[in-house]
Amino acid sequence: MPTLRQPQSEDELAGIVREAAGHSTSFQGASLNVQGGGTRAGLGRPANNAVTISTTRLSGVTLHEPAEMVISALAGTPLRVVEESLAEKGQMLPFEPMDHRAIYGTRGEPTIGGVVATNVSGPRRVVVGACRDHLIGVRFVNGRGEIIRSGGRVMKNVTGLDLVKLQAGAHGTLGILTEVTFKVLPRPEATATMLFEGLSEADAVATMSAALGSPFEVTGAAHLPAGIGAETARTLLRFENFPASIDYRFPALAERLRRFGMPKRIDRAESEQLWVAIRDCTLLAEPRDAALWRLSVKPSDAPALSATLRDALADARLFLDWGGGLIWLAIPAMDDAGAAAIRAALGGKGHATIVRAPDSIRAAVPVFQPEPAPVAALSERIKASFDPAGLINPGRMHASY
Amino acid sequence: MTAIPFPEPRADVLARRDFLIAGLARLVPPASLVTSEDERRAFETDAFTAYRRVPFAVVLPETTAEVSAVLAFCHQHRVPVVPRGAGTSLCGGAIPQEDAVVIGLSKMSRILEVNYPDRLAKVQAGVTNLAITQAVAADGFFYAPDPSSQLACTIGGNIGMNSGGAHCLKYGVTTNNILGVTLVLVDGTVVEIGGEAMDAPGYDLLGLLCGSEGQLGIMTEAIVRILPAAEGARPVLFGFGTSEEAGEAVAAIIGAGIVPVAMEFMDKPAIDICEAFAKAGYPMDVEALLIIEVEGSDAEMDATLAKIVEIARKHGVKRVKESKSAMETAAIWKGRKSAFGATGRIADYICMDGTIPTGQLPHVLRRIDEIVKHYGLRVANVFHAGDGNLHPLILYNVNDPAEAMKAEEAGNDILKLCVEVGGCLTGEHGVGIEKRDLMRHQFKPPELEQQMRVRAAFDAGWLLNPAKVFPLEGRV
Repeated sequence: MPTLRQPQSEDELAGIVREAAGHSTSFQGASLNVQGGGTRAGLGRPANNAVTISTTRLSGVTLHEPAEMVISALAGTPLRVVEESLAEKGQMLPFEPMDHRAIYGTRGEPTIGGVVATNVSGPRRVVVGACRDHLIGVRFVNGRGEIIRSGGRVMKNVTGLDLVKLQAGAHGTLGILTEVTFKVLPRPEATATMLFEGLSEADAVATMSAALGSPFEVTGAAHLPAGIGAETARTLLRFENFPASIDYRFPALAERLRRFGMPKRIDRAESEQLWVAIRDCTLLAEPRDAALWRLSVKPSDAPALSATLRDALADARLFLDWGGGLIWLAIPAMDDAGAAAIRAALGGKGHATIVRAPDSIRAAVPVFQPEPAPVAALSERIKASFDPAGLINPGRMHASY
Repeated sequence: MTAIPFPEPRADVLARRDFLIAGLARLVPPASLVTSEDERRAFETDAFTAYRRVPFAVVLPETTAEVSAVLAFCHQHRVPVVPRGAGTSLCGGAIPQEDAVVIGLSKMSRILEVNYPDRLAKVQAGVTNLAITQAVAADGFFYAPDPSSQLACTIGGNIGMNSGGAHCLKYGVTTNNILGVTLVLVDGTVVEIGGEAMDAPGYDLLGLLCGSEGQLGIMTEAIVRILPAAEGARPVLFGFGTSEEAGEAVAAIIGAGIVPVAMEFMDKPAIDICEAFAKAGYPMDVEALLIIEVEGSDAEMDATLAKIVEIARKHGVKRVKESKSAMETAAIWKGRKSAFGATGRIADYICMDGTIPTGQLPHVLRRIDEIVKHYGLRVANVFHAGDGNLHPLILYNVNDPAEAMKAEEAGNDILKLCVEVGGCLTGEHGVGIEKRDLMRHQFKPPELEQQMRVRAAFDAGWLLNPAKVFPLEGRV
């Protein structure tokens, strides 16, 4: 029995799952590990499944209608290919998917299916929404080996239950994605960053809230404390628009934020590099053996929470994205990698996810924020409704399903 | 009309009516329990008025605890439950059945908290859509989804239907603007889904709840995103000689990298109806009208509009008329948003809601015209051009049963056409009972069964809004 299967079509894939589901004896009951480019394999609980199914041969852009702002691609299509197709027509994936290769040191090509399975989004998420907000259609093979479509290629669609959203961020546990469709946006003509130096975390979050609450359409708001990439603390606000709009909006916002100081303006290439570093968390990529966490919180809770985390955890390094709503945290990967202290600090508000830690820790400590019992029971029943035998990525999100 | 069947009322429920009402009376104050026939009749239908069923009781709870108690009781005694917001559903989503208890959220209409630094508001499910925007407008914020019924419709109903509106081209629909809900499960268990932070862990249950049409539980509170309003907004009217030219202009505008906040289309019959009602100053000598709204500072709007006008001229625009004042802007939108009401003044109508890929617009408009003529009826078309969400209004006489049947058949043909060209049955109104039996045109049996198994994870006994969404035959 081969341990790696690389189906070349959706039908072939469905056949493999039906085999595993027990319609043939060759590998009846074998659990399946779903893999795209393998660049994000460190996300979720460590996999220990008999057969790996790679989607990399299900590759290609299947539909791109620039005038309808829609693109479809097979799940194994490299993200790079999707982004190049869009760029040719002056468009982009609005949610700015993170590239995990910097923090994992992985090689290979991230796939568009992997982007959906992990619902990865970057700095622009705070304003335009996450991967799941732009995903409008999926095709997948469920655990019964059935081919299922949900959503489609139109951006307004309330026909039946929204299984599209369920697939985003399900880490492949609710089916093996074969094709995904997104609504996209025009690429902005220009970008610039407003930089404030030396702000405290409280002032930084206040600055970002004021900017995000202004009419000037800031599309990124991050705070890099002193010692994260520079000696001085940096608070960054991004503009993306027509050049004339940026030239008007930059001073207009600076005027509103005058109580926080005189900002500097950073332009195109330097600005873009900064936001890629924030998106991909390269600022905390080293040391490679440190554990990495993502904390999703109410932005105004971020300053006090950051202080609590620094007090509770030795050698904690962190920065804020999403106006304070996302905290990236690096700490030494010892014991439970800080799980108990971090989740206690959250006090039931927001949630914390381990993004990088050794397999032994991710097997022993809940990678995702534990859910209250009734919600966990719902999740377990939903998993069973797609995959009754628990064949696809079992244990990836939660030890019991 | 009687073409759409309802499930047979459960005899065992009807037989226990007195017992069940006595039980409900122990759970809520007397003023929150409606049992007299006259008062129950007020709940017999919604905005899909061709169908009606009087429920055997209506409960109007004031707290999540009361909703929980009523659901636990109904679950224990196997009684169907139909949730209701303001009853503005255009697809019969809130129409009861004789063996059901209606749980109306109209008394839970408070705004609990407004939080500007975090750009969110906590509200009860029965608050109206417009009330949220009104509560934050003075501080420069708004709640983005704006269905035409926003004066009356509730946020709970909006979440249940994943409502859209005219401005979702830029701001998305309900599912993109909700952070969390308080959900009462069928057995009365209260759970919090999502919350004040973005990207909740685990499966995206919030995304699943949006558009679930009351089939998965009853929402009693919501945390919604509020957004900063633009410095200014200006709608401009573009009149074209043909629908094709208008459709091509829409494609060209998006192709040029411009995403206006709204692009609304009206055909000649719709222009006539809306202008007669709203006196909005719509041009009367054109066959198709686009209302395109842009946002920003005055200089930014001037610059964006100049680009749009240039594109429109290349596509043969005959009239361009900018709003010059807040009053004109209000009149332009009043005309569009009252399209359904204004149509109702001249004829009975049924309103379709299919979505199509916008590239198919000219073809679909021609076919709609042919379909409606085939049945000897008239149609007025209004729709959200940027996202392909059509609202053909098929005009008929409700007192003529044969004509009513023809209108329903014409509507079904139009929705099948939408699916055929790569679109869907409903963009923002929901399936309800109206499109329930068309679901097989969009989904194959394993796809519907997959959806029903997900539904069963929440309500295996089909107690929650059971007459809706899924065809009555072949349920799992």
